[in-house]
Amino acid sequence: MTLTFIWTVAILTVLGLVLALILFWVARKFKVEEDPRIDEVEKVMPGANCGGCGFAGCRAFADAAVKATNLDNQYCPVGGDEVMQKVASILGFTVAAKAPQVAVVRCNGTCSARPRINEYDGVQSCRVKAALYSGDTGCAFGCLGCGDCVAACQFGALSMDPETGLPVVDETKCTACGACTKACPKHIIELRAKGPRGMRMYVSCVNKDKGPVAKKACASACIGCGLCAKTCTHDAITVVDNVAYIDFTKCKLCRECEAVCPTGAIHGVNFPKELDKEAVKKRIADRKAKAAEAAKAAEAAEEKKEVANG
Amino acid sequence: MDKKYIVSPSPHIHADVSTTKIMRDVIIALCPAILVSILAYGWAELLVLLVSVASCVLLEWAVTRWMLKRPSTVGDLSAVVTGLLLAMNLPSSIPLWIVFIGAVVCICVAKLPFGGIGQNVFNPAITGRVFLLVSFPAQMTDWTPTAGFLSIPDAVSGATPLGVLKETLKSGGTISQFMETNGYTWSSFFFDLGASAGELSAGALLLGFIYLLIRRVVKPWIPVSILGTMAIIAAIFSGINPDAYTGVAFNLLTGGALLGALFMATDYVTSPMSTLGGIIYGIGIGVIVMMIRYFGSYPEGMSFAILLMNCTVPLLNMWFHQKKYGRA
Amino acid sequence: MGKLTFSMGGVHPHDSKYARECAIEELPLPQTVYVSMAQHLGAPAKPLVAVGDSVKVGQVIAEPGGFISAFVHSPVSGTVKAIAPRKDLAGNFVTHVEIAVEGDEWDPAIDRSKDLVTAIPDDKAAILDKIKAAGVVGLGGATFPAHVKLNPAPGKVAECLILNGAECEPFLTSDYRIMIERPKEIVVGAAIMQKVLGGCRCVIGIEENKPEAIAAMTDAVRELGYANMEVQVLKKRYPQGGEKQLIDAVMRRQVKSGGLPIDVGAVVQNVATSLAVYEAVQKNKPLITNVLTITGDQIPGNLQHNYLFRIGMPLSWIVEQAGGVPETAAKLISGGPMMGKAISNLDAATVKGSSSVLYLSEGMTRRKPATSCIRCGKCADACPMGLEPFLLNRLYKAADLEGLEANAAQDCIECGCCLYSCPAYIPLLDNIRQAKGQVMGVIRARAAAAKAAAEAAKAATNK
Repeated sequence: MTLTFIWTVAILTVLGLVLALILFWVARKFKVEEDPRIDEVEKVMPGANCGGCGFAGCRAFADAAVKATNLDNQYCPVGGDEVMQKVASILGFTVAAKAPQVAVVRCNGTCSARPRINEYDGVQSCRVKAALYSGDTGCAFGCLGCGDCVAACQFGALSMDPETGLPVVDETKCTACGACTKACPKHIIELRAKGPRGMRMYVSCVNKDKGPVAKKACASACIGCGLCAKTCTHDAITVVDNVAYIDFTKCKLCRECEAVCPTGAIHGVNFPKELDKEAVKKRIADRKAKAAEAAKAAEAAEEKKEVANG
Repeated sequence: MDKKYIVSPSPHIHADVSTTKIMRDVIIALCPAILVSILAYGWAELLVLLVSVASCVLLEWAVTRWMLKRPSTVGDLSAVVTGLLLAMNLPSSIPLWIVFIGAVVCICVAKLPFGGIGQNVFNPAITGRVFLLVSFPAQMTDWTPTAGFLSIPDAVSGATPLGVLKETLKSGGTISQFMETNGYTWSSFFFDLGASAGELSAGALLLGFIYLLIRRVVKPWIPVSILGTMAIIAAIFSGINPDAYTGVAFNLLTGGALLGALFMATDYVTSPMSTLGGIIYGIGIGVIVMMIRYFGSYPEGMSFAILLMNCTVPLLNMWFHQKKYGRA
Repeated sequence: MGKLTFSMGGVHPHDSKYARECAIEELPLPQTVYVSMAQHLGAPAKPLVAVGDSVKVGQVIAEPGGFISAFVHSPVSGTVKAIAPRKDLAGNFVTHVEIAVEGDEWDPAIDRSKDLVTAIPDDKAAILDKIKAAGVVGLGGATFPAHVKLNPAPGKVAECLILNGAECEPFLTSDYRIMIERPKEIVVGAAIMQKVLGGCRCVIGIEENKPEAIAAMTDAVRELGYANMEVQVLKKRYPQGGEKQLIDAVMRRQVKSGGLPIDVGAVVQNVATSLAVYEAVQKNKPLITNVLTITGDQIPGNLQHNYLFRIGMPLSWIVEQAGGVPETAAKLISGGPMMGKAISNLDAATVKGSSSVLYLSEGMTRRKPATSCIRCGKCADACPMGLEPFLLNRLYKAADLEGLEANAAQDCIECGCCLYSCPAYIPLLDNIRQAKGQVMGVIRARAAAAKAAAEAAKAATNK
């Protein structure tokens, strides 16, 4: 019995050792030589493999970064500046800070604001619905509500609100990878600057129809009246094709556009205080009055000069 | 225009088919064989059938509603079909708690973990049966017939003809000795007692199969290739040595050959999609069954054959596609 | 010859030809018509008139916007009120020419008599010009400009002209009625097309469920005595009227993937197109009218019609003339129930290719909820192109473009047989249509890149 025991243990131990040696030798012989920095960079990557950077996963991003001469054409939206700094320090590059972004759904055509005029009975996919027709409401540009954006988000940051029929972005989970922007066939979702302490302004409408047509279809539509563009003192708003657009790089969050918008199509989010529309409107009026006075005074001064010279 | 019309992509009409209707047709097709076996084996058989079906349905309902928290899928009647097929593979004297365990394996091991209907790789009823055969060999091979509603002559007590045959051959006997000793005639294989319900009535099974053919539910080339292969192999081997190898009719009519070939190998989910794939699948099953019957230690090989060929189905689906328009 | 049919797939919906006994009625004129500039495949037409212009019936109001495009003519006499975007069937804005109707004054060049003109002009080029000038497009649904199809590229020879009298879609009866009421004009039109194509064989394919049409067309062919023309009975099966399926059935040849019918020597035209060619060449009448069927399931007989309409009439106006939308209608379709488009905007104007307004009841048309695929293969059995829709559906969900191309998603003819026959009510075609578009995009991009590379290489070698 004891002899059997000894033989068994001995044979199995030797077998184990031999096999281990073979595996070790194979691993050494067939190892792919790679720049060790690729592993280092990959370690600091978020590891989500979401493709938001445009590469096929975090390792592909690391590979490209190591092989590149600079990091100008690469950015990891999930890791943001923090990760990019780490990557830069590993590779000895410098990388400029980039303002964090978040996905913004630029449509407020809720079920109550935008009545349904027909009933869609096809597969629940925005892409299919958009290819079929102009939608089940009077607005041909608005959210179709089938949730392609929700399905595309790998971080669970989007969900459909059953009451409004619109997608909702969870800012704590959104990594601005851009998957939802590509999934939306109506190009309603846009990556915009997150803003200081999360405060940002945007026009929640992309309807390019003329004002009366848009308003008939949806109570929250932008009618392209241009009041916002006229009011904005920072040159941030343009009205093209009957719809206003706020340039987030120029917006200073003064909220004057939000106050003057007749349909409530401009939204400010994450502001600590509720917008006092009357107060802001008064401020605008005062400023305009002062400007008018100043202009009059300047004109009078000009006249005086001319008279004096003339 | 206040009325909201429906809008969808084309097509705008649909054929009058559904998964439930297909399963209902299969249940109807199994009815002749079920009826015969209840008549032959009485209350015990009825109880086995009821417990099997009820267990399968309840388990599927419970798992989908409570565990997965999704709408229940029992409405498509596939659990009922699985329950019936499982029961038809079991002896009527089997303890009911074993039937329940079989149902657990069918539904909660072979079907739902893979993703439910349409996603399973292995035929659920067969998986359940094989599990029981391996786990409870004594009860699964106790073919003592229970009291039926009709008294049928030539009753054999004990093992199925295949089991007895195996024993006879192992102990050096010949087939003709086996036939004589046990008083078998060819007609007795249509009332092949001491067997499970599925083995019992070849005629009833064929009747059901014809119904499925008329209703266009089943792909006929799979059973044809299974039975054809079995017939060819049996003809060759029994032609060479009729005393050691059983003939064509014996093989086609005994064991789970007909039930397996007609009703279980033709299961949509676990059989190949293309015609050529299906024929190869059938040939494979036929070969494996005959090898097990002639050379293996199990008397019955249909279940194992089907399970083994189920493994090859994804590959067959990858290799064989139907002919496309305009492509040589 | 016995009855012919195509070699794979197909389904058998109930043919529901409830409007077959309704003779073609001519509609009165509305107050306004809206003539769309996008009534054909290819580039939209460019308006030639201006607001305030007076127009007569048959006058040119728009010219082709590209090689694949067509002329558009005024269907009424009156004044042009506007040239502006207006919503089409799907609710998308398209430029329409709005004409206020005044009287019914026709262009004097048009021969409005009912006399049959059988003498066919000799000059092929002149015939093609007339067809082009008349704005004739294929009236089988695709609205491909006829003068382009009837003028094969150099090196391609037409061996057989197949006239599609199958009308395989359920409910539609407009082709059936014109075959019964105007068979001789259709036959002359076919002879004209035969001449243009160089004198090839002509086969008029008609499904077996239209015995009166078969008889009428056979008699017309025999009486008129044009060479090399015959009527062929086809089995009743959907999609028998599909171009590729007709070529398979009649010529026993199959068009290769990505190829055109002319590659196998076939030219397929609808019988209504043949009628339009007759009117264009023999009567100088441009394509401004067509026949549409108003029908549906559970619709009383008095609400069913076959109307001769003028393009530009709003669908809502035609429906009103027909007796209004019945209570039971839950979905309105323009076209057949298998490949037609659901109408989301009934105010849309009719176009050259309009073929019907179908009223489908809730029970007939509402989709049941989708369940799991049971791998029954009925979709693959039904596909007339031999594809495997269950596989294409899975590949689309997995976004596997290579797999989709390898499994020929681009060959899909969008007939709807797969979704029609699926027991699990899976929205197969909805997904495959998207897959097809994506794969075709990839193929086109690849071809463009290859062309650019070839040109760059040529330029390099020339240097």
